[in-house]
Amino acid sequence: MRHFLAALGAALFAAPAFAAIPKDGAYGMQPAATRIAERIHHFHNFLLWIIIPITLFVMILLLWVIVRHNSRANPTPRKFSHNTLIEVIWTVVPALILVAIASQSFPQLYYEDVPPNLQNVQDKAKTLLADGKSAQYEAFVKEYNPDAAAKGYVNVKIQGNQWNWTYSYPDITDDAGNSIEFISNPLQTGLPTDQPGEPRNLAVDYPMVVPAGRYIRYYTAAADVIHSFAVPSFGVKTDAIPGRLNEGWFLVDEPGVYYGQCSELCGVNHAYMPIEVVVVPQEQFDRWAQLMLTGDYDAAAASVKTIASLDQPVKYASTNH
Amino acid sequence: MPMDEVALDHHHDADHKPGFFVRWLFSTNHKDIGTLYLVFALIAGIVGYTLSGLIRWELMEPGIGPMLWIQTHFFGLEGAEAIQHAKHFYNMVITYHGLIMIFFLVMPALIGGFGNWFVPLMIGAPDMAFPRMNNISFWLTVAAFTLACISMTIPGGASGNGFAGGWVLYPPLSSTVGHPGPAMDLLILSLHTAGIASILGAINFIVTILNMRAPGMTMHKMPLFAWGILVTAVLLLLSLPVLAAALTMLLTDRNFGSQFFNPGGGGDPVMFQHLFWFFGHPEVYIMILPAFGIISHIVSTFSKKPIFGYLGMAYAMVSIGVIGFVVWAHHMYTVGMNVDLKAYFVAATMVIAVPTGIKIFSWIATMWGGSIEFKVPMLWAIGFIFLFTVGGVTGVVLANAGIDHTLHDTYYVVAHFHYVLSLGAVFGLFAGWYYWFEKMFGIKYNGMIGGLHFWLMFIGSNVLFFPQHFLGLQGMPRRYIDYADGFHTWHYWSSVGYLITLAATTVFFIGLVEAFVRRRKGVANPWGEGATTLEWTLPSPPPFHQYSELPHFTGKGGH
Repeated sequence: MRHFLAALGAALFAAPAFAAIPKDGAYGMQPAATRIAERIHHFHNFLLWIIIPITLFVMILLLWVIVRHNSRANPTPRKFSHNTLIEVIWTVVPALILVAIASQSFPQLYYEDVPPNLQNVQDKAKTLLADGKSAQYEAFVKEYNPDAAAKGYVNVKIQGNQWNWTYSYPDITDDAGNSIEFISNPLQTGLPTDQPGEPRNLAVDYPMVVPAGRYIRYYTAAADVIHSFAVPSFGVKTDAIPGRLNEGWFLVDEPGVYYGQCSELCGVNHAYMPIEVVVVPQEQFDRWAQLMLTGDYDAAAASVKTIASLDQPVKYASTNH
Repeated sequence: MPMDEVALDHHHDADHKPGFFVRWLFSTNHKDIGTLYLVFALIAGIVGYTLSGLIRWELMEPGIGPMLWIQTHFFGLEGAEAIQHAKHFYNMVITYHGLIMIFFLVMPALIGGFGNWFVPLMIGAPDMAFPRMNNISFWLTVAAFTLACISMTIPGGASGNGFAGGWVLYPPLSSTVGHPGPAMDLLILSLHTAGIASILGAINFIVTILNMRAPGMTMHKMPLFAWGILVTAVLLLLSLPVLAAALTMLLTDRNFGSQFFNPGGGGDPVMFQHLFWFFGHPEVYIMILPAFGIISHIVSTFSKKPIFGYLGMAYAMVSIGVIGFVVWAHHMYTVGMNVDLKAYFVAATMVIAVPTGIKIFSWIATMWGGSIEFKVPMLWAIGFIFLFTVGGVTGVVLANAGIDHTLHDTYYVVAHFHYVLSLGAVFGLFAGWYYWFEKMFGIKYNGMIGGLHFWLMFIGSNVLFFPQHFLGLQGMPRRYIDYADGFHTWHYWSSVGYLITLAATTVFFIGLVEAFVRRRKGVANPWGEGATTLEWTLPSPPPFHQYSELPHFTGKGGH
């Protein structure tokens, strides 16, 4: 029955409706799918409120001198070349603006760069509730998810290769102890032998699949040259470097399909190693994982072609912007 | 003629010029070497600009188009092989576009060209301190460019000729893993040669500026262009050896089995990035500081006012140079650095906005109360100030690692650095060209053509680069031959912008030819009372040897 509903859902909602993909002619960022990306949007909007007025201010000053201090309007030039007060002002005021930027920049950096300690998240949420600090609790759960924290991290190892990605789930194993590990190939590489598939240059054969509403911790590595794992709607980008293991984290609430692309020049097919992340409800993820463990990759990939509607409505990432 | 006699020529009459070959091949005259640098930069610039045309042509429409056409029509390849070669070719084009524009257009033009021409004239020196070293610097630069061009045509990787790993040369893509062919080795040799040329030039400028100023010209009365070149030369002297070290390690990794950047042998590819950017970040100031100096003189000249806050302007450049050495890893926020280290680089990087702001506001204050004449150089200077501000504020955005995590290696970065370089350094370059053209060549250009060149360039480069901010925000990665369909519109407009700059460049050459065909005789000082630096006291063009009696500098400040 659920499979039937899923198929019905697929018929009703064409695949891109779930997806955060580059939108033609857009001016801003892709819709935020994670708390990290939401905070980046917020911070970027804050910066726009600083940099656009500064640019306009400089433009107005330039227009002012062009109109008022040209040789026709002002035939005799004045001769001053110093004004200590104004020089102090235009040194101190920009410095203060930078302090204002930094006050937002550092918390933002530490938030996205340091994978949260999930035990601390749960403890802090409990303490806040126990102390009756409901306002602080509300603010806290906007940035951290105590329920997800209680379930622990889902660990994914992401390896960049020339030119595809290997995804491993070291904690999900079959009875023999073998974990899930598979290669995610692009459907298109600019060749006549390309397979059909939308969206062009973004779709892959076996996507990375993660459960919705869970803390994901990923590790990046590389087999040959440097690659970079990037998903714009998650606000994450981590280089995959030979000989190093880098880490990052994200948490996606809304099931959907999210796309990224390799973001460090890695050779001939650099433009053809897309990243497709399918975020599905936990139950569907578990089913996908079971199929992957049996080795039936195609059945597993088919099982996440549509997002199973559970008790929560699916919000489409591409429409909330 | 033996070299010794070339040197003896200096004792002859001021206007006695040696024959063609001796004059232009064995040149030791700072003005001739400056002209050679400008001609060289013009030629290299055409190559680099053609490469950028290939990039915009390819990206105008999605899919692989023009690059494939080139492979099938010029190299006779077919099918999948042609496509793989087209991809490699595109990556090679972007790589050499960057390297040529930086090392063989902007640096030779601003430092070698205008620096050689006008530092001695402005500080009242008869020539550079080491005229023959000056000659070596120039011809090594030519050799370096030749090596770079040859390396484009010899085997690089599995799918074609040339090195196709980006101008930053990151291993392992630039080591034998990514590019086993000799193209990369030749490119290393090219950059070594260019580096030696620049270091020699830098020594020459430092010694000249510190020792050969006219009597009465103290450091605090020295023209700002000389200040810009002095700071630039110090940056070159301190940063290029680090690049040379990184390149040498790469060379031995490739050829002699060392393991500096090979993790399999205990090395670390990220180490290369640290070394590269320790050079690479000062390098961006190396490209812009001479332009800062030029803009100061132009703004002062055409406002008929002394430069506002001269000392602040000079020391803003010095502090930009100093801070420029401690911010390099902001190019590497995504390599997996410790978060506290990133926080340091965020703070240090944002500090640079303060001296840069001082410069912008001081230029405006110089214009304030002035009697501005909108001659061609002034148009370029005002355009520079505005566009550099745009590039500066997006730099403040990118300085924040929290945002750079998503914008790094996207077109937002491409837009940012083209606003400060293509619309900053290059606008400064054209400003200087139109400002000193009559002085250098003794003929007048057509102001209408110069103005048309400016307006086409201003509109074209904005149409070219502004939409790239939108692409970057949407997540369009750099160095992609093909893109998802959602990026089409802005790529299309970006390429339209290139076509407008192509019209502008055509107008530039028409103006150049027109000036040299008509040969309207230039005057010593075409700009009037506002032009107060020493070069305007000399005829146009200046005599072959000037200041055989040193001028006594009595001006109150460096303007």
